[in-house]
Amino acid sequence: MSQDLVAERITKDITENPVMLYMKGTAMFPQCGFSARVVQILSHMNVPFKTANVLEDMELREGVKRFSNWPTVPQLYVKGEFVGGCDIITEMYQTGELATLFSENGITHSVAA
Amino acid sequence: MSRQSRIADTLTRAFSPQHLEVEDDSARHAGHAGAGAGGETHFNVRMAAASFEGMSRVARQRAVNEALAAEFAGGLHALSLTLRAPSELAAAAAAAPA
Repeated sequence: MSQDLVAERITKDITENPVMLYMKGTAMFPQCGFSARVVQILSHMNVPFKTANVLEDMELREGVKRFSNWPTVPQLYVKGEFVGGCDIITEMYQTGELATLFSENGITHSVAA
Repeated sequence: MSRQSRIADTLTRAFSPQHLEVEDDSARHAGHAGAGAGGETHFNVRMAAASFEGMSRVARQRAVNEALAAEFAGGLHALSLTLRAPSELAAAAAAAPA
């Protein structure tokens, strides 16, 4: 796959899926502690999300880093916008900003406990 | 020079931070993909710098990642960042119980 095709695939992913997570491993079997933490937060909030496993696709792994101008994985997109990696998602979860972001974008999620 | 020292030096030059901690967290990730045999692959950075004032979280992390691009190219695998503007430290201190 060329760089253009990878970028096209990512654009399609983040357009079609309101909450799209690029991660190492799968939601069921994350293969990295940082990816696992983001999955845990989204699952805890009962947010429907789609994942892509960058470990299965080296071009995607490099392509998503280039696409987002972000050197690490996981990477979370909400409604086509890059939100951040594990540190940012964790902070936003703790401050309640993540719940606000989902509400503002009409994405169903459970109310914070 | 260790990567830990290089990261501290680079960040000090780029951001003149009020507060900076660079912690090598590689041992905790030993054995998993991306953790090199020689360590120095996973770091935690906590930094407060005036230039972060008014910047979004993503913009702050991008600025740090860009400053450390050479380290990412050279084997740095994961960087956990806690980045604050000085005013946020003051707010946190005021909110903390005495």
